Amino acid sequence: MSRELSIAGLEDLATQVRRDIVRMVHGCQSGHPGGSLGCTDFLVALYFKIMNHDTSFSMEGVNEDLFFLSNGHISPLLYAVLARSGYFDPAELSTFRKINSRLQGHPTTHEGLPGIRMSSGSLGQGLSVAIGAAITKKRRNETSLVFSLHGDGELQEGQIWEAALFAPAKKIDNLVVTIDVNGQQIDGSTNDVLSLGDLRAKWMAFGWEVIELEGNNMKEIVEALTFAKSRTFRGKPIVILMHTNMGHGVSFMTGSHKWHGIAPNDEQLNMALSELSSTLSDY
Amino acid sequence: MTKYTFTEKKDTRSGFGAGLVEAARRNDKVVALCADLIGSLKMEAFIKEFPGRFTQVGIAEANMMGIAAGMSIGGEIPFTGTFANFSTGRVYDQIRQSIAYSGKNVKICASHAGLTLGEDGATHQILEDIGMMKMLPGMTVINPCDYNQTKAATIAIADFQGPVYLRFGRPVVPIFTGEDQVFEIGKAWMVNEGADVSIFATGHLVWEAIQAAEQLEEMGIKAEVVNIHTIKPLDELAVLKSVAKTRCVVSAEEHNRIGGLGDSIAQLLIKQDPVPQEFVATDDTFGESGKPAELMEKYGLNAASIVKAAQRAMQRK
Repeated sequence: MSRELSIAGLEDLATQVRRDIVRMVHGCQSGHPGGSLGCTDFLVALYFKIMNHDTSFSMEGVNEDLFFLSNGHISPLLYAVLARSGYFDPAELSTFRKINSRLQGHPTTHEGLPGIRMSSGSLGQGLSVAIGAAITKKRRNETSLVFSLHGDGELQEGQIWEAALFAPAKKIDNLVVTIDVNGQQIDGSTNDVLSLGDLRAKWMAFGWEVIELEGNNMKEIVEALTFAKSRTFRGKPIVILMHTNMGHGVSFMTGSHKWHGIAPNDEQLNMALSELSSTLSDY
Repeated sequence: MTKYTFTEKKDTRSGFGAGLVEAARRNDKVVALCADLIGSLKMEAFIKEFPGRFTQVGIAEANMMGIAAGMSIGGEIPFTGTFANFSTGRVYDQIRQSIAYSGKNVKICASHAGLTLGEDGATHQILEDIGMMKMLPGMTVINPCDYNQTKAATIAIADFQGPVYLRFGRPVVPIFTGEDQVFEIGKAWMVNEGADVSIFATGHLVWEAIQAAEQLEEMGIKAEVVNIHTIKPLDELAVLKSVAKTRCVVSAEEHNRIGGLGDSIAQLLIKQDPVPQEFVATDDTFGESGKPAELMEKYGLNAASIVKAAQRAMQRK
């Protein structure tokens, strides 16, 4: 992997991934660009700088760092990052959400896409899965880690809090959980739909080590993730409250729940791509 | 007709507990999880021998299913343990997405299935679990008949790649199958051959079917009794071969007549060889509190009900 990438190099990759995302969603006129664009910087940093992982994919992932996407609707981001990392040919991104594609609307192991270890889409399940994988790694005395990503709206699911209670109680300390705190969900802001209250206080009360970061600042992401890694194997699971802008990188999509799950038209695509002007090479 | 007798009664859940220890001795990938029901699932022996391979999840069944799915990714073979109700309906979406659709090698082990849970009543007596689990693509559904068969099935599913729903019960029932039997997933067991009516039974109703067949013999009726311990995949060949001889069917199960073993058999026969079928099952109802034997009597799930159903089926030939 390109572990020596500079911050600028990571930012260039993030721009390319954002181009991929808007083109994928435009190509099938379906999908979730808002959250995907908001989490792009984080997932690029994770796959290109932070995680030790092997693109000659094995389901078991022994001695590799594993990542689980719990909020599976931001699949365009995961697919683009996997393709750009080398798990499969970026040309396949053009099949997103189309018939007979491995790139299903929500990620699945069912079609055998390299890089996917768990189906997700029905919200709230990924934290339990990440914990299970982390327990297995601990049982094997591995030093590798498990990372996961969740939406803030997803925290309204009860299973999350079953899992949040479990991990500190059982000292699952090889686990780094990330919450995309963008404050938006389908029906509006999380404050209006069902307020999450003081998230830092909630996770701390459950016994987690809490880190906060600005999720659209590449330098800060890399520093915070590096710090998070240094805090593993110290008896506590780690949760990162990552503050992002939904739709980041495309001005007319930024900060509004309206772009949670709709596709740009031709004109909007061109506007978006003109803002994401530098390309490494489009699929 | 082979005469089946028994010297001992035991609960099928204890067969699970014994099988789990044996499976774990044979395969170090076997791990177990429980949602605060260690005693009910008879997991004590496993925990004593393999404490490092056990996870107590607490009263959080959804989390348990997800954790089990996560463990299976690294090659472990997780066995989850809770009541049948909380192993299926409560966590259907977790099983659907994280286990079945994801093709994870998780063994969902469910005790206290059906009416024979008894006094706890309808909130705990699930009669829809076979239907829910068999409708999941790729899910194997097993409902063994006694202690020995449950033990053998538990050992067998550890060697089987893919998600399995293993269903067993709370009360003690006669042990009439062999101690060292080999359990073949998906292969029906011919209990007794006959010519007049096929009785396809599952779970502890196999014993009731044996009793029914003896009563029928006294009436001059030769019933064929087949133990369908694997409901999915159904041993279609065994069913069709039996029906080719007898030309009428009774299905017997401790489950709603909608969605259970009887439905699977009916769906096969209507396509391949339509013959009269009678259902010994609950009639689309919830259960209630009571002693197991009282409930089996009231809801028509005993040998007497099977005898009557066999007579009805034969009249319809």
